Amino acid sequence: MLIPFSMKNCFQLLYNLKVPIAGLKNAAKGGLILQSTSNNIYQNLAVEDWIHDHMNLEGKPILFLWRNSPTVVIGRHQNPWQECNLNLMREKGIKLARRRSGGGTVYHDMGNINLTFFTTKTKYNRMENLKLVIRALNAVQPQLDVQATDRLDLLLEGQFKISGTASKIGRTAAYHHCTLLCSTDRIALSSVLKSPYHGIKSNATPSVPSLVKNLLENNNTLTCEVLMESIATEFAAYHQIDSNSILISPSDETMFPGIKRKAEELQTWEWIYGKTPKFSVNTSLNLLREQSCSEMKIYVDVKNGRIEDCNIDAPGHWLPKEMLDKLSTSFIGNKFCHSEATMLLNALLRTCPKDHELYSKWHLLCEKVKTIM
Amino acid sequence: MAAVRVLRSWSRSARHLRCMHLIQMCSSAHVVKPKYTCLFGYSSFKFNHPHRLLRTTSSVNGQIIQFKLSDIGEGITEVTVKEWYVKEGDTVSQFDSICEVQSDKASVTITSRYDGIIRKLYYAVDQIALVGKPLVDIETEALKDSEEDVVETPAVFHDEHTHQEIKGHKTLATPAVRRLAMENNIKLSEVVGTGKDGRILKEDILNYLAKQTGAILPPSPKSEIMPPLQKTETVQPVPVPVLKPKAFTGKDRTEPITGFEKTMVKTMTVALKIPHFGYCDEVDLTQLVKLREELKPIALARGIKLSFMPFFLKAASLGLMQFPILNASVDENCQNITYKASHNIGIAMDTKQGLIVPNVKNVQLCSVFEIAIELNRLQKLGSTNQLGTADITGGTFTLSNIGSIGGTYAKPVILPPEVAIGALGAIKAVPRFNEKGEVIKAQIMNVSWSADHRIIDGATMARFSNLWKSYLENPASMLLELK
Repeated sequence: MLIPFSMKNCFQLLYNLKVPIAGLKNAAKGGLILQSTSNNIYQNLAVEDWIHDHMNLEGKPILFLWRNSPTVVIGRHQNPWQECNLNLMREKGIKLARRRSGGGTVYHDMGNINLTFFTTKTKYNRMENLKLVIRALNAVQPQLDVQATDRLDLLLEGQFKISGTASKIGRTAAYHHCTLLCSTDRIALSSVLKSPYHGIKSNATPSVPSLVKNLLENNNTLTCEVLMESIATEFAAYHQIDSNSILISPSDETMFPGIKRKAEELQTWEWIYGKTPKFSVNTSLNLLREQSCSEMKIYVDVKNGRIEDCNIDAPGHWLPKEMLDKLSTSFIGNKFCHSEATMLLNALLRTCPKDHELYSKWHLLCEKVKTIM
Repeated sequence: MAAVRVLRSWSRSARHLRCMHLIQMCSSAHVVKPKYTCLFGYSSFKFNHPHRLLRTTSSVNGQIIQFKLSDIGEGITEVTVKEWYVKEGDTVSQFDSICEVQSDKASVTITSRYDGIIRKLYYAVDQIALVGKPLVDIETEALKDSEEDVVETPAVFHDEHTHQEIKGHKTLATPAVRRLAMENNIKLSEVVGTGKDGRILKEDILNYLAKQTGAILPPSPKSEIMPPLQKTETVQPVPVPVLKPKAFTGKDRTEPITGFEKTMVKTMTVALKIPHFGYCDEVDLTQLVKLREELKPIALARGIKLSFMPFFLKAASLGLMQFPILNASVDENCQNITYKASHNIGIAMDTKQGLIVPNVKNVQLCSVFEIAIELNRLQKLGSTNQLGTADITGGTFTLSNIGSIGGTYAKPVILPPEVAIGALGAIKAVPRFNEKGEVIKAQIMNVSWSADHRIIDGATMARFSNLWKSYLENPASMLLELK
């Protein structure tokens, strides 16, 4: 979206007109360092979108520093069911977000720093950015053994991943963002990034799991604040600009007109789940009831997050075939979504004959089916 | 492109139509063809010649351009196509997104360089696309001063700047926009551009045209155009106002019923098999309103928002103790009736997705405050779409507070396998008479009950309603039931 001429005075930072606004010392020179006051993943991702869409980055690269409350962030073309444990996340109140850049899945919390380097498409150079980060880390602790791999990860001591990279290239602008593990909750990270779902077949970009470590474990002076300061200083030195970072609030609609809508779009079901590339689930589940165990097979085809085809099979004596078929067909067209399934199954339960045994079997089957979502 | 314009008009009977007669020379030396367009170029009138809408869909003169995948940078030679935003036959404008490709953790949005129609997609999703090779075919309008052929160089994304230099025009506008302006006899310098860098967009031309209509439509006596009829007619008839044909582009939209709506379809279809009867009454909540005002801060101090619902639910439970048949369930053939022991009272909740009815379990064991805690919890889960199966199954009786949105009377539908439901209207301040015959201000709420007439009769419902009403009109009476 392009901002019309008349709104130039709304945005206080640099803009298409290249007019330096009073109040920002030397901001017009060679770049900007911004730091977000929000810990909301959607708002921060919306800032990235906004800068990417609206700012003229010619000769003015921007560094954006941000941190989030516990969230799992998947790449643009990934499958959340394949990448993380959605049930656990729901229980713990950990959010799920899909970013617009590619790459794999990461876990954010306040012990993780996110850095975004905004440049024009010509100046897009991820290795250069990573080298800058390494210099910044070494400035705080010279003996730190950090190296960039050709997959653009940062490895500590040659084996622990402390940073992952992703980027987005548009028509004229590009951005490269990466994480930096300072003091993240490693237990939460590993439990949440393990998918319990089986039988998923998909062409979505897979993540490459790696052994991770926090920088703070290496040296307890390496806190988030210290590292952000160091990276900002290094960036400022490299681009010869003022090293003071400007605090920005992602909910400020006057500073970022249209950002609220961007943040809302990033929270819609259609974006987070609906953008999952086509996939199918083919798995079998055990139905344990009164010391007998039966196996049910379930096959689901999902496109754009919605169930296109569904087939549920259970041993004939367990439940009549017509009931299973009714269940399968009622799923078609619905979102592949835990809460929608709950609603649908509840409605079907209401209409189920009141034979107690049948009812409890039906109930058990429904509960099992929900576990795959 | 030379353009000769002749303004000619005629009027037919009572209508005063004007049309512009444009003669245009096509670049490929076709015979000069008169083209009729309406003043604004949108609606078309039936004349002798076939007419063209300003934006033609398939042009005989269109040329197909192979849009090649430009260099991504960092020496990347191939990418994977991840998502198409267009399909064959779609119309695209310059800078519209065409597809999303991915290469080595970079997600790239490829945008169109031309206006036109997509004629061919060279790759399917998940296929590998090569840099420098064709990605899509776009059919554009043929133009004499065609845009410069896009040269495949690494700095290829600078091409949009070349539009500034087209044939010495100083205004920024794409060739399609220029043609639109030309066809409507508009000077680009008169149009205000609202695009990037003051670029003139299609919308700007259309807005400009819309402003012109007021000036041109009524026949002005000063204009050179003399309606021929005026010469012969002696009496000028009063112009009959004519309704301009309005272009309505709205279309019916059919989509399958899925998700929450499907759930509602299923539930309600079964529900209406139950023979419902209704019973309504009004409840004087003046005392309850006062009581709640006093209790609200106490509840808030304990971290709970206190609404009226906990009182309604508790009163209902007390009523159900005396009339357990309202908390029952019948089987399909109405052969057996099961009196449920627990009072699991459901509350209809309106969420973003639709109607959902979680229930508060064992209201008969809960205090008003405990009910409030549970309601707070369910409301929070409901708003974040996290209600679990346990929360929404097992209900035995339901209350719907539609009054929080508005309304007085309702005709609620029973949720099977329950047998009764109540809908609460809004609380309104109205004048009423007290015992002394004076007019006082009362806070009145209407309640509308529906019950299964196969097992519940009107008298039972009425007595239950009276009991429920009495607890609410005189909240102190609930103290007698405190355990």
